[in-house]
Amino acid sequence: MAILIDENTTVIVQGFTGHTGTFHSKEMIEYGTRIVGGVTPGKGGTTHLDLPVFNTMKDAVRETGANSSIVFVPPPFAADSIMEAADAGIKYCVAITDGIPAHDMIRVKRYMRRYREDRKMVLTGPNCAGTISPGKSMMGIMPSHIYMPGPVGIIGRSGTLGYEAASQMQAMGIGVTTSIGIGGDPINGSSFRDHLARFEEDPETKAVVMIGEIGGPQEADGALFFKENMKTPVIGYIAGLTAPKGRRMGHAGAIISAFGESAAEKLEILQECGVTIVPSPSEFGETVKGVLDKL
Amino acid sequence: MDIHEYQAKEILSDFGVPVPPGGLAYSPEQAVYRAHEIGGSQWVVKAQIHSGARGKAGGIKVCGNDSEIWNAADELLGKRLVTSQTGPRGKVIHRLYVEQATDIVKEYYIGFVLDRVLEQVSVVASSEGGMEIEEIAVKKPESIIRVAVEPAVGMQPFQAREIVFKLGIDASLLSQAVNLILGCYRAFRDLDGTMVEINPLVVAGDGHLLALDAKMGFDDNALFRRQSISELRDKSQEDPLEMKAEDRGLSYVGLDGNIGCIINGAGLAMATMDIVEHAGGAPANFLDIGGGASPERVSKAFSLVLSDEKVETIFVNIFAGINRCDWVAEGIVQAVSKIDLKIPLVVRLAGTNVEQGRQILKDSKLPIITAETLKDGAEKAVAAWKKHTGKEG
Repeated sequence: MAILIDENTTVIVQGFTGHTGTFHSKEMIEYGTRIVGGVTPGKGGTTHLDLPVFNTMKDAVRETGANSSIVFVPPPFAADSIMEAADAGIKYCVAITDGIPAHDMIRVKRYMRRYREDRKMVLTGPNCAGTISPGKSMMGIMPSHIYMPGPVGIIGRSGTLGYEAASQMQAMGIGVTTSIGIGGDPINGSSFRDHLARFEEDPETKAVVMIGEIGGPQEADGALFFKENMKTPVIGYIAGLTAPKGRRMGHAGAIISAFGESAAEKLEILQECGVTIVPSPSEFGETVKGVLDKL
Repeated sequence: MDIHEYQAKEILSDFGVPVPPGGLAYSPEQAVYRAHEIGGSQWVVKAQIHSGARGKAGGIKVCGNDSEIWNAADELLGKRLVTSQTGPRGKVIHRLYVEQATDIVKEYYIGFVLDRVLEQVSVVASSEGGMEIEEIAVKKPESIIRVAVEPAVGMQPFQAREIVFKLGIDASLLSQAVNLILGCYRAFRDLDGTMVEINPLVVAGDGHLLALDAKMGFDDNALFRRQSISELRDKSQEDPLEMKAEDRGLSYVGLDGNIGCIINGAGLAMATMDIVEHAGGAPANFLDIGGGASPERVSKAFSLVLSDEKVETIFVNIFAGINRCDWVAEGIVQAVSKIDLKIPLVVRLAGTNVEQGRQILKDSKLPIITAETLKDGAEKAVAAWKKHTGKEG
């Protein structure tokens, strides 16, 4: 079993007809993702990549019955698109867009809370590479060939560092149930904790790799969740041991501004909670193998 | 994006926050003139750089007459001020703010932040003004008051009143203090702030509240809709290399080591710096050329890294996702062919079309050291650096 997406996931692409949306829609369709249409306001009624285009998310969901969406909408309008997806009854939304204002994300998070539990949307991203359940469905922009089906879940902030981990694992013959990018922004749709809980419920996931970095409370929070609630082993890595305090390292969220936000402090918390630490970024594969071998 | 104290005070003043009378000066003559304009018998000459803790670093001078003002301004202008927040290189003072001195009865701290735990705006206040908030958190943690703002309705007057009473501000100043707090909140919300800090907020001798110092930061991602804020950018306060990178769509942070790093993706860039250090080297920079890693970006990255004179070896680590290693390799070959590279270059490629990419590097006959894995790359980079410089890490 995979989490969040599988062969039954039906996807609407928001920002479908733009350059980025078109390119990645083709890749996802080729992978086998069930893309059922797209939304570009003003282009409703036309077709694109042989799929229907709608003006609104409500139209798209009513006509196609889609349960998921992926957002390629440019930053100034992306928060609005995410809220539109939540209101249309979408269950799972991946926001790829990089550069959404933080105040917009505060509004998005507040807006998503207004729905009852049974129709609450799960959001991952923004500023992420997306989610993939190898062999089943890909909602994202990642190079799909580095992921093979297998027993390990991956949750990470960074796109390319996640690729590094997945390809090291693949080289050792270790595959993935689902890999989730939660994004590098300070305020994101969901955190390590949210997805650790999902992986814990998934019988096929035998171990979870958590790839964090400097800044924010979410890695430590995930480690505490592991300690209190999980039987599935968690393997952790924190990037940015050499990052200076107060400087933003590329990601809007990757900045050490408070106590407990440096890589060293986070690693200490992870270790105290019993997370297996990846000692250097070249040892994702070996560390995961070591944990799996002991099961 | 950061702005200067005088700019923050101008903005906050528009939102009803009381600030002392003051004026901007670019020369000692102007500083004296400003003091006369403002009036009073004592003034403060304040260095305008993008940093706090200026007082302890000697960037704030209290003056009682014209010659003292002239001398203070003369000393400060053009000086490189090093504070606990600027790093060892410090920041050059090009502007001064001359303010009427305030007779301080009591100091408070008040700050507004984007709270990453609550995912809301939080107000942090303390009756221990004048200290940095980190210092208050260590020395007087019980004095810290936190209030979270519900995003759907914004900050309410009762929340401001709660802060005022907890701070112990006299009831006669209640409406003044509430207006000040709500004004700061509105400025923060309406202008896409990432932080507003009034430290200290003071009760002055005449019984009024004043924002004696003010700091504001803004969300870079929101500048597209904050034209008036982006105009406040002062490039003289930024690192020239970092600015050059930003203007070219690259993300760069200068560090103290000598191995220049060129990487795609922020997380992988941080991890690469870590592994370089792990292998016994020291990274000269963080550089994320973005997920795409097009040949043009690779080429721009080379010229940027090479303009740092400390760099004695270059380590390129690209994980090609959507992009392909053969394109990236061509970009590297193009960039290196154009320059006369006098230092070792180690390239590690991974991902889509990696074999073709490595072949292109090999066929180019350029003196490029190739590596297969991240570890291999970092070790080769450090070894090449040691051999090239004769240093031992």
